Amino acid sequence: MKSTTTRRDFFKLTILATGGFMLKAKTNASEKSNTSFSPNPFIEINSNGKITLTAHIPEIGQGIKTSLPMIIAEELEVDWQQIQVVSKVANEKLFGNQNAGGSQSTPKNYNRLRKLGAAAKQILINAAADKWNVPATECSASSGKITHNEKSLTYAELASDASKLKAPNPKTIQLKDPKNFKLLGQRIPGVDNQKIVTGQPLFGIDQIQPDMKYAAFLRSPSFSGEVKNANLDKIKKMPGVSDAYIVKSAPAPMGGVFGGVAVIANSTWNAWKAKDALEIEWDQPDTSIHDSEKYAKLAVDIITTKKSKAPKKPQVKHSLEAIYHYPLLAHNTMEPQNCTALYKNGSFEFWAPTQAPSAAIKSLGKVFKIKPAQIKIHVTRSGGGFGRRIKSDFILEAAAIAKQSEGIPIKLTWTREQDIQQDYYRNAGWHHLEGGLNSSGKIVEFSDHLVSLGANNKPGTGGRLNKKVFPFPFLPQSKITNTVINTNIPFGWWRAPGSNGFAFAIQCFIDELAHKAGKDPVDFRLEILKTKSKGYSAKRMIGALKAATKKADWGKTLPKGSAQGVAFYFSHRGFVAVVAEVTVSKEGQLIVDKLTAGVDVGPIVNLSGAENQVFGSMLDGLSSALYQKIEIVDGIVKNNNFDDYPVLRMPNTPEMEVTFIEADIPPTGLGEPALPPTIPAVCNAIYRATGKRIRSLPISDHDLSWT
Amino acid sequence: MAKYVINVNGASKQVEVAEDTPLLWVLRDTLGYTGTKFGCGKGLCGACTVHLDGQAIRSCSTAISAVNGEAITTIEGLATDDKLTALQEIWCDQDVPQCGYCQGGQIMSATALLNSPEKPSEEDIETAMAGNICRCATYSRIKEAIKTAAKS
Repeated sequence: MKSTTTRRDFFKLTILATGGFMLKAKTNASEKSNTSFSPNPFIEINSNGKITLTAHIPEIGQGIKTSLPMIIAEELEVDWQQIQVVSKVANEKLFGNQNAGGSQSTPKNYNRLRKLGAAAKQILINAAADKWNVPATECSASSGKITHNEKSLTYAELASDASKLKAPNPKTIQLKDPKNFKLLGQRIPGVDNQKIVTGQPLFGIDQIQPDMKYAAFLRSPSFSGEVKNANLDKIKKMPGVSDAYIVKSAPAPMGGVFGGVAVIANSTWNAWKAKDALEIEWDQPDTSIHDSEKYAKLAVDIITTKKSKAPKKPQVKHSLEAIYHYPLLAHNTMEPQNCTALYKNGSFEFWAPTQAPSAAIKSLGKVFKIKPAQIKIHVTRSGGGFGRRIKSDFILEAAAIAKQSEGIPIKLTWTREQDIQQDYYRNAGWHHLEGGLNSSGKIVEFSDHLVSLGANNKPGTGGRLNKKVFPFPFLPQSKITNTVINTNIPFGWWRAPGSNGFAFAIQCFIDELAHKAGKDPVDFRLEILKTKSKGYSAKRMIGALKAATKKADWGKTLPKGSAQGVAFYFSHRGFVAVVAEVTVSKEGQLIVDKLTAGVDVGPIVNLSGAENQVFGSMLDGLSSALYQKIEIVDGIVKNNNFDDYPVLRMPNTPEMEVTFIEADIPPTGLGEPALPPTIPAVCNAIYRATGKRIRSLPISDHDLSWT
Repeated sequence: MAKYVINVNGASKQVEVAEDTPLLWVLRDTLGYTGTKFGCGKGLCGACTVHLDGQAIRSCSTAISAVNGEAITTIEGLATDDKLTALQEIWCDQDVPQCGYCQGGQIMSATALLNSPEKPSEEDIETAMAGNICRCATYSRIKEAIKTAAKS
């Protein structure tokens, strides 16, 4: 049976598959004996037996380089051992948007990649059917082979014929019934594991180019400013230094060039030593007004001044109010920002640990006035992202240096101190929460006035509270107010932006209300979830909450000083409830014993990766809540390294468990949603263990001793 | 500038660098062993862990002048002839890495721990690994991998 697709249908399929552009099935190296069948940029089946799948979203530790190819492999009907996964140069035309962020890579690519895999499989079936002169419907695909009765052909054997066929009518493409999935939902170890454990050069910082030089860069310590004077002559004479020059700032929305001095040397160490010897006179505004303590005082003043004088509703029997605060945070990726760049003949080439190559190309185009065709980004594996690498400032910094040092590949590496002090920070927030309970302990009044940091009277990233956050959709008369303190701080997306702070403030305050009402914190939350809401999927959250509390044996008897706490939060399309179990000694020593999560993100793509993301997100939340606070004094970030900006270590890692509720929807992302509820769950447990209510982070600022 | 000789993974290497250059940057920039990672520069995170006579040391805060004539093993030197060590195999199978950046240092610390004749207790593992930060927090799987390797 012949394939009957028209050109028109083929065009439609390619639009559907690739997001709005034309592709052809291409024959590669046909003059040689090897032929490859590559019906789309993601799949290449070579007649020599090699099957290559392209992972187009940057791998930053979220496991996407493994999970997205799993989706293709499932529908393509190839065994995981039969394929190789590769990354390619960033190309929005071929792959569509390649930015990794917002836990969106799975939901945005799931259906699309299934269709691409299924379409390729159909072409292979058609090729075999043509060869055998049998109906395609009688042929089946499995483990990289097409079978008809006793006959079978491997994909390699069919590659040449398949490469000559047109794509099938998209309407005829059959996706698998999920209950027949062989690969999706399994535990598949990361595709780069072997390279990681043997120290292969996967990361941005590992890139070595011929005749490469090493660059260091010194920016103004207070986020903005141009260099007026610098001791360049002295610096140029330092050991190993080949050049030093001033770079002017060039802003771009997703991270531009900051003004400063670049040093070029024969090693990172020599470049850094020269950087440390720089004496610079800066031309910059007075930034001393920017100060964490001043912001805190101002926020409380604003809250006091704006406090509603309106009388409470007559049905309010108990009222509560509290101010919750969370500080600025740095991303502090394990691999500091770095980028290798070469500028030659009017074009740039980069080797960059970025999570947003598409955004980087836009910013580069704007600042350097060049077209995407003149920008080649090799997207390397990233040593952590957490939202930091959505901003492209480190790439543009490398670009500015490479342009000045034309023809020489340069590798720019930041010190840990620079990485912490040159971040796009998680916004700080002060929530003034007010709640009123009626005589039966139901919430009848609820308001949140959020004071966050920003600029030009607009809140910085993550600084605007909205009415989709629980419990607002359930309380029609609840009220949200946002006020902004203007600052010069750069803000960015930090794992579960906004949500990572809102969850702490609101889920802790809900807990305060539950205790005030004399109700169990889980029952109190369930009561609200079971009332009418405006657009909140209460059913799925109830499922997550019940899964977590069941697994954690909520309500079990614990010794004095130990307690459980609960919280839940919806973010990034995911529903997560967390039960934390803590022990606090009389002296105030806190041990987080266990974190148990109930998670509904639909079906699980890679069970191993999913578990990693839930555990990693919970511990990231815990780590920040326990220890972290970026402090700005006189306009300068005071934190330096892991000693004054600590990170959770193995001895303080709790036991963890997760239950996945695999709702029958397309799967959604897991890089973020388990983080927000972890923080309030821990704080709510501390309250029940000690009677001490944590209303500001980090927890390490508080005395938890009890009698 | 001075000349130093170090043995890296069995190969003798001569380098000419400033005497205060940390071993880390000699390995990475001068000799091209990029498996050893930069994390903090102050011995706080363990990403740069290598072995000196089988003991785990932080190469970011060890000057080249202090290891002249010594034998160093880096993460690239653990596997022999593409055969992974038992710990590396377990690390892959149990899918320990997330981003993977700190994992070389973690494996070097864990390998040094497992070199000691006694089977490590839970507390031994936590003590030995406390100096290695994993920003993705893969600690539970690291601990499990070490436990599995200790059993085998």
